Amino acid sequence: MASDLLFELGTEEIPSRMLAKALADLPALAKARLDAARLTYGEVTALGTPRRLALVVRGLAERQPDLDERVVGPPIGAAFAADGTVTKAGLGFAAKNGVDPATLEKAEVPGKKGLYVVATRHVAGQPTLAVLPALLTELVAALPWPKSMRWGWREVGFVRPLHWLVALYGGEVVPVRYAGVVAGRATRGHRFLAPGAIELASAADYVDALRPAFVIVDPVARRRMIEAELGRLAAETGCTVRQDDDLLDEVTGLCEYPVGVWGGFDEAFLEVPDEVLVLTMRTHQRYFAFDKDGRTANRFATIAATITKDAAVVRTGNERAVVPRLSDARFFFLEDCKKNLDDLRAKLDGVVFQAKLGEAKSTGDKVRRIVGIVDALRDVVGFDHRIARRAAELCKSDLLSSLVGELPELQGVMGKYYAARQLAADPAWADAAAAVGEAIAEHYMPRGAGAALPASLEGALVGIADRIDTLVGCFGTGLEPSGSADPYGLRRAANAILAINLDLGKGGERHTTLGAGRGFPIKLDTLIEVAAHQFAGKIEVTDTDCGELHEFFRGRLRTLLIDRGLAGPDVDAALGAGFDDVCDARLRAEALAVVPPAAREVFKRIANILDDAHAKGIAISGEVKPAMFVADGNTEHRLWNAFQGVVDRLDAAQAGQAYRDMLAILVELQPTVAAFFDKGGVMVMDPDAGLRENRLSLLHRILAPFAAIADFRLASQGPAAPGSVS
Amino acid sequence: MYLQDLIFELQRFWADHGCVIEQPVDVEVGAGTFHPATFLRVLGPEPWNAAFAQFCRRPGDGRYGENPNRLGAYYQFQVGLKPSPPDVQDLYLASLRRIGLDPAAHDLRFVEDDWESPTLGAWGLGWEVWADGMEVTQFTYFQQAGGIDLLPVTAELTYGVERIAMYLQNVDSIFDIKWDKNVTYGQIRHPWEVEYSHFHFEETEAALYFELFDRYEAICKRLLERGLTLPAYEHCMKSSHAFNMLDARGAISVTERARFIGRVRAMARACAEAYVRSRAKLGFPLLTGDDRAKAAAAFAAAEEGGVNAAALAAARAVSPLATEVARGQ
Repeated sequence: MASDLLFELGTEEIPSRMLAKALADLPALAKARLDAARLTYGEVTALGTPRRLALVVRGLAERQPDLDERVVGPPIGAAFAADGTVTKAGLGFAAKNGVDPATLEKAEVPGKKGLYVVATRHVAGQPTLAVLPALLTELVAALPWPKSMRWGWREVGFVRPLHWLVALYGGEVVPVRYAGVVAGRATRGHRFLAPGAIELASAADYVDALRPAFVIVDPVARRRMIEAELGRLAAETGCTVRQDDDLLDEVTGLCEYPVGVWGGFDEAFLEVPDEVLVLTMRTHQRYFAFDKDGRTANRFATIAATITKDAAVVRTGNERAVVPRLSDARFFFLEDCKKNLDDLRAKLDGVVFQAKLGEAKSTGDKVRRIVGIVDALRDVVGFDHRIARRAAELCKSDLLSSLVGELPELQGVMGKYYAARQLAADPAWADAAAAVGEAIAEHYMPRGAGAALPASLEGALVGIADRIDTLVGCFGTGLEPSGSADPYGLRRAANAILAINLDLGKGGERHTTLGAGRGFPIKLDTLIEVAAHQFAGKIEVTDTDCGELHEFFRGRLRTLLIDRGLAGPDVDAALGAGFDDVCDARLRAEALAVVPPAAREVFKRIANILDDAHAKGIAISGEVKPAMFVADGNTEHRLWNAFQGVVDRLDAAQAGQAYRDMLAILVELQPTVAAFFDKGGVMVMDPDAGLRENRLSLLHRILAPFAAIADFRLASQGPAAPGSVS
Repeated sequence: MYLQDLIFELQRFWADHGCVIEQPVDVEVGAGTFHPATFLRVLGPEPWNAAFAQFCRRPGDGRYGENPNRLGAYYQFQVGLKPSPPDVQDLYLASLRRIGLDPAAHDLRFVEDDWESPTLGAWGLGWEVWADGMEVTQFTYFQQAGGIDLLPVTAELTYGVERIAMYLQNVDSIFDIKWDKNVTYGQIRHPWEVEYSHFHFEETEAALYFELFDRYEAICKRLLERGLTLPAYEHCMKSSHAFNMLDARGAISVTERARFIGRVRAMARACAEAYVRSRAKLGFPLLTGDDRAKAAAAFAAAEEGGVNAAALAAARAVSPLATEVARGQ
């Protein structure tokens, strides 16, 4: 009969983020091992708090099934003598697998030549209780902690020192030990509120036995409880809690039993920018911020990890604890406000951006290159060059401000405040102070996949310049990503450039739907070239480097478009016809969905024929001479006339990037093209050079408008997948 | 509880739990970890339990005595327990009860905070301990010091005595802490904060400290060549302080900074290795009975593979877990 398994590891406080990862990893790790052990099971869940990590497996089979396993031995020549008797080697193989030599078979083995001897080995299933000790020990050792530690004399590592193990299968203790700890049936309650041992009869008791001991072992339940506590504090204070899911996750991993406590601080601190207050409280104290009447209130919420005699003591303590943090933040802010961002910019020459860039390694160098890129692109985009250039000059100065030194997440945000302040006091810049500030803050946007895009063209442009500089610099010095390693965040940088290009239109408005956008009109090849030029005389960025970066963009764009629901072959074919204008490439990829497989095949055939001709060194003039067509009027004439009939519509559609209309014409032409190739059609590669050239030119002319949309050699494998953009 | 009573109680508590009550090191240091009673004693197989209060100088953190929460120098009460006992968290919590931080009244939490000292080539894992949201202790299981893997592992507890005293005495400024019933922290320490802030930020002669750094480094190297490990390490501490002085003065650029830290780390490493060798030569005198000879022999046999490997071999030779390991558990 199947029973439930409970396996609990009792530890010293596991770091919150590591606990979250372990809870996510544990079920899959356990299932993999149970599967390998041929044990069937029902629901597998991971539970945990900072002081314990637990695995619960429902309905775990009582024993492994028997297994008849086919084992391949030596080639038959070695296992059997010429007279068919089993050789010594054959006997050894049979003995090793515990089978009667008479039962040995001869069989073909995939991937090998000739016949091999095969034994069917019978493995008796073991009781689950006998399998579990080794399985669970292996499971503990396999947990992938980002950092593990040793303690005492012990050399076996774990995330934090291990204190107890509970391993129960049905009502029985599973005899497991790890790092000197022997499993039993006793768990423990809350460190302060119920420190004693709690004997468990079976896995079924686990969650409920811990609840009265002030341990909410289910993280989902604990998170809900924290939300309820925050709701209670909001009602008590008349404020609303600033939603912060990441913080909620983190504090869920900082307590076994959450108790909300609110506190307040001096209103005078509200002169510090909102982002600074919230981040200071969050980073240093794990406090939630409160809002009242649409702005930050001088209140905070903390989640205590225990019930104390008097909550007022905890409140007062926290109120005292936050004061030095807020005082420092205000001190740094006011000190930073006295600094001049142009002075800080000069000091960036002493900050290393990327050591491998040699003479171009400082952040000061980087800023000069960003400015250079913005200057070079001044005629390409309809942005305000004055604002963008000033933002570019000042975009990294806040890295040397005290507040960003303390809280690096504030980069850009502080630059915005400091620039707006400094420029507002400068008559030459007062009119543009806010815009420059916004562009500085926005040049870090989007801050991740799917995150908000910059609202201004100037912010977008400085951000693109910053990122393309990083990309070109890294590709130019051999720091491109390899495998899954991307230590310089180059994939993210390329994705951000592409996201801005795809989704931010010429006028700064956002476009996410088909056909609405004409994209950010900076071509990728131009961008790479301009950025590479900035390194002139410092480091050599070769054409090969630029080519590799260009291909890198292709790969990123491909992934991005497929993630957005486009079919792989459509994306490959569209990018195959060029992707320097990424928005145009997207429109072409989207339009390809209307082309059915037969039409793709027939145009692929044209492309292949022209390829072959090129490979054979046959020149194709592109000039079609109808006089040379075969007189029957059925093949070449028909195709040429059909093409002549659509050519004006094609040109008009192409001028308007109406790729879907163009491809609808392609679909119209398809039967005529097919007939050209079909039986009764003509032979393109005619022995007569004149006829051959004329036919190739005809195909070339027909393919040309469509080849600008897609490379049909890559478009096979059917139409777009269901659910693609249409 | 007066500040001095806080220290008395902690000393008494840890003395009762087998700690030697050491005294502060008489060289400028930025943290108790630099004290030879910590940095050197955590190395090698010998057990060691010690506690002491240490005056720690952080020249760059001075605020001319104007900030009620920030100081250019302060006291740490540091406890080192080697090997880390299995109940070290409980012992620590008992020490908090002793000074009036009862978990029944306060929200005590262990919040991840991994510790690393790039200058000492040392790191460990552990927590900052919070009492009602305030960090009162750094609690670290030392994993490596001077680039040497530590076996057995030392648990290091560093109490921030001013913070605890402010909390217990319910005062909002460090300078209002009552040192004893008559004298405040400010009365003793405030003039130092004011004058040393001026000294550190305005008067320090950078050229002199650059020179001192170089000289101390040279002395450290020379003393190591003569096998004089302890004074060599003293000069490592002195160069580290010279670096802190230069850093506070703003005399070290961002790029140079990493290089100076690397130079201190190289000294700390060399001292750590020399120290373990010197203890081996002395036969690891803090071990008892046969263990001294066993550890020294294991060290000698493995020394060709480097000090790190030899130190681990010496520890394994006397590990109480050796029998468990032999049984394959």
